[in-house]
Amino acid sequence: MTVDRPLQTIIATDCGSTTTKAILIEKTAEGYRQTYRGEAPTTVEAPFEDVTRGVLNAIAEVEELSGRRILDGERIITPSGTEGNHATGVDIYISTSSAGGGLQMMVAGAVQNMTGESAQRCALGAGAIVMDVLASNDGRLPHEKIERIRSLRPDMILLSGGTDGGTITHVVEMAEYIAAADPHPRLGMSYQLPLIFAGNKDARPRIQDILGEKTALTITDNIRPVLERENLAPARNKIHDLFLEHVMAQAPGYKKLIAWAGAPIIPTPAAVGMIMETLARRDGINLIGVDIGGATTDVFSIFGGVFNRTVSANLGMSYSISNVLAETGLANIMRWVPFSLEEQTLRNRIKNKMIRPTTIPQTLDELQIEHAIAREALRLALDHHKSLATGLKGVQQERTISDIFEQRASGATLIDMLKLDLIVGSGGILSHAPRRVQSMLMMVDAYQPLGVTTLAVDSIFMMPHLGVLSTVHEQAATDVFVKDCLVYLGTCVAAIGQGKAGERCFDYTVRFETDRKPDSGTVAFGELRLIPVSVSEAARIELQPAKSVDLGEGKGAPVARSMKGGVVGLLLDGRGRPLQLPADAQARVAALVKWHRAVELYPT
Amino acid sequence: MGHSYTPGLTVTEHTVVRRKRLLPIPGEVLVRAGDRITADSVIARTDLPGKVHALNLANLLSVAPDEIGDYLIKKAGEGVCRDEVIAENKPFISWFKTEVRSPIDGTLESASTVTGQTLLREPPKSLNLLGYVDGRVVEMYPNQGVTVETTCTFIQGIFGIGGEAWGEVVMGVHAAGESLTPAQLGSDMKGKIVVCGAFVGADLMKRAKDIGVTALVAGGLHDKDLRELLGYDLGVAITGTERVGFTLVLTEGFGTIPMAAKTFTLLETHAGRKASISGATQIRAGVIRPEILIPHTDHADPAVGQPGSSDVDRGGIKTGDQVRVIRDPMFGRIGQVTGLPPELTRIETESEVRVLHVQFADRSVATIPRANVELIEG
Repeated sequence: MTVDRPLQTIIATDCGSTTTKAILIEKTAEGYRQTYRGEAPTTVEAPFEDVTRGVLNAIAEVEELSGRRILDGERIITPSGTEGNHATGVDIYISTSSAGGGLQMMVAGAVQNMTGESAQRCALGAGAIVMDVLASNDGRLPHEKIERIRSLRPDMILLSGGTDGGTITHVVEMAEYIAAADPHPRLGMSYQLPLIFAGNKDARPRIQDILGEKTALTITDNIRPVLERENLAPARNKIHDLFLEHVMAQAPGYKKLIAWAGAPIIPTPAAVGMIMETLARRDGINLIGVDIGGATTDVFSIFGGVFNRTVSANLGMSYSISNVLAETGLANIMRWVPFSLEEQTLRNRIKNKMIRPTTIPQTLDELQIEHAIAREALRLALDHHKSLATGLKGVQQERTISDIFEQRASGATLIDMLKLDLIVGSGGILSHAPRRVQSMLMMVDAYQPLGVTTLAVDSIFMMPHLGVLSTVHEQAATDVFVKDCLVYLGTCVAAIGQGKAGERCFDYTVRFETDRKPDSGTVAFGELRLIPVSVSEAARIELQPAKSVDLGEGKGAPVARSMKGGVVGLLLDGRGRPLQLPADAQARVAALVKWHRAVELYPT
Repeated sequence: MGHSYTPGLTVTEHTVVRRKRLLPIPGEVLVRAGDRITADSVIARTDLPGKVHALNLANLLSVAPDEIGDYLIKKAGEGVCRDEVIAENKPFISWFKTEVRSPIDGTLESASTVTGQTLLREPPKSLNLLGYVDGRVVEMYPNQGVTVETTCTFIQGIFGIGGEAWGEVVMGVHAAGESLTPAQLGSDMKGKIVVCGAFVGADLMKRAKDIGVTALVAGGLHDKDLRELLGYDLGVAITGTERVGFTLVLTEGFGTIPMAAKTFTLLETHAGRKASISGATQIRAGVIRPEILIPHTDHADPAVGQPGSSDVDRGGIKTGDQVRVIRDPMFGRIGQVTGLPPELTRIETESEVRVLHVQFADRSVATIPRANVELIEG
């Protein structure tokens, strides 16, 4: 959807689980800019039970700060300039929503790693949290499947299975289990659970017979019409439609919110995905985006134009912080902490953060512990993403003589860290780290980028707003994204290979297009070095790795390319890949302290 | 900033609390608006659909799925008994006869000619919804449940384990800073809600389970003991369905932390009274905290009261308020707010945050981020 009238002033909100954030975007001489922001607690829960109260409060704060009159009582004044006053009203109001736990879906397919995975990718791409993936071959007995469906209470079910013209047995079997479970939606006792069927078109009459009366059934195109191709867009669009018509309509106050909005309200993660896709398409790059929140971590990737999103529903820095510990184990967290600490103390501290999620680190030790946990949450979420962002499984591959020496199974991950151009981080721990270099090193340690990679963070988490804006005015969205949203941290050069600490890893020269003198030197194995290069300084790097070291062009092969500066600069990482930390606790602490000092990570 | 303080836990001698009591699926509501109920009153009832069993008849009889209709003895919707034959083939030689028997008492729900599968359902199970608190029905939700209102002493905990229970409050210790030992937990505490002081350890919890204590209330416990109790590492604070033998409510957090004096004194005042307790905790949108409600049965009609501070937005922190520090390095200490500087202050981590000044009982004063204190409300 695009709007036909020129937009001068836009108010956008994101109704999050805990906070509703409003931003004002205005057209200026330099294009569209984000000018003011306001926030207020989300009011979807008792005692208010009306999401619009939080929206009005957040917009009222923008009014207060900007001096622009946007509200007339409980109405948003549109278009701008009403009553002959330039400082009155806005041209459009848009919003995203993840309040009340976002969109929670269950998906089902015939075969787990084929249509099951396609259905999962479809739901995740639409911005949902996938509560479970059911399939004929998921290892559960029929009654276990039925019990699971009944107990889940999702907002919506996506049922897929079978290629068009193929067997209908398995997908009908899944439909029978769903019918037997007679599932109820999470919100509202009196309405039917929305179910989208996007499987073998030959099964449609049967599915209609089995589920037509028990669910609010919608039938759309098969997400896997043939084994070799996914067709996720029709089902994804249906998910968005049903999200608005059914799920949101049940949430308190949303009918009013939908009426106010000048564009369809979409789930927050779907909007973030849209702006990431816009950026990747515009610059022709491969990127990974991460949004690490209190409860969940979303990872987005675009490689070779293929978009993927995953959500790690229980990896986060407050509500789910204890689950990071449970999943990764204490040793993996402690390996990033530059001092020693008793296990019981650390465990109790993590649990206390879980039960009081809004607290902040007051001491440096506490900050360092949170940063250590964030590294593990980021790492686990990317591992999860890699396992789902894959090529299609079960596809027959043509092999040539050149493939004899490189046997790769179908369904390999699409995430190739050597081809990665940009990492964008978002979420409180990355966006609000006291020093930007802390965000940069957290992402470098967690993701271990290879070769040359640029890193950036979202300044104030406005990606959801810009995502939904991109659906009505792409130019406005990209203007604000580049000028006000993205904060470039700089570039990381990371060597692939291992060597003895202190030995030469690679030589570097940084040449600037300004009068600044070139900077050159040698990075040794086990060394981390930081060279300040600002975002406005155009520069080129020339790298000569040691014989055993690869910087992206092969072992010992030189690399020369332009680089992007940022608020941190150029990080030269000679610690080797895969990154190996000393096993001995004392040596590990010493190494961490050395690296942290080298880049002035924390105050001393 | 929209708001800059952590809402505190309510600990109050007198308030009116409302609790929605809803069935998981529609059913029959057995009480009416105005009725007085007790914690163990059955207020609504429903039938939960029985468990489903699947039998693949096509495989069992070695026939095509679309042929199973010819072999079925029972029709969809008919009742079946355990071991009753529901389908059989008709071979020329009776030796080769195959009979398929029902594994359950119940109903044959469906038979699919696509998958060859029959679904058998056990009889429904009756679910009784209990009152949970002594009080009065003030609102009805037809076929779903009611709202119960009670005038009570109300104590919110910070974290809990286990579901709803009720029983008599007994004091296991004499001071908020003491910790109950396993030896002090006698068999006379069976069925009681025991106040344990600053800390509960693994040994004490094991003994409580052996004795049959209804609930334990304490300042804190160690995470390792929680892990031992549950048998797994709790990842997300969504609790209330655990079956560990008793309900547990922590009033302060993880570690050894004396119970806030106000909490301890209130419980001590009401020792010997009946209380309702729930360990259910959900620390996300729609926060649920564990709670102890001690209904005031001896006076005024609760219907005339107003919902208490637990249901009302109180506003921000003010000078003179009592607060609890909820983050290291002064975790668990309780003091009084002496200053609320409006400007952002740079703290040790180099973050610029809003802070407040707190004076403790020993007259020392500390500067603490506002996010790291919570009001002791009520």
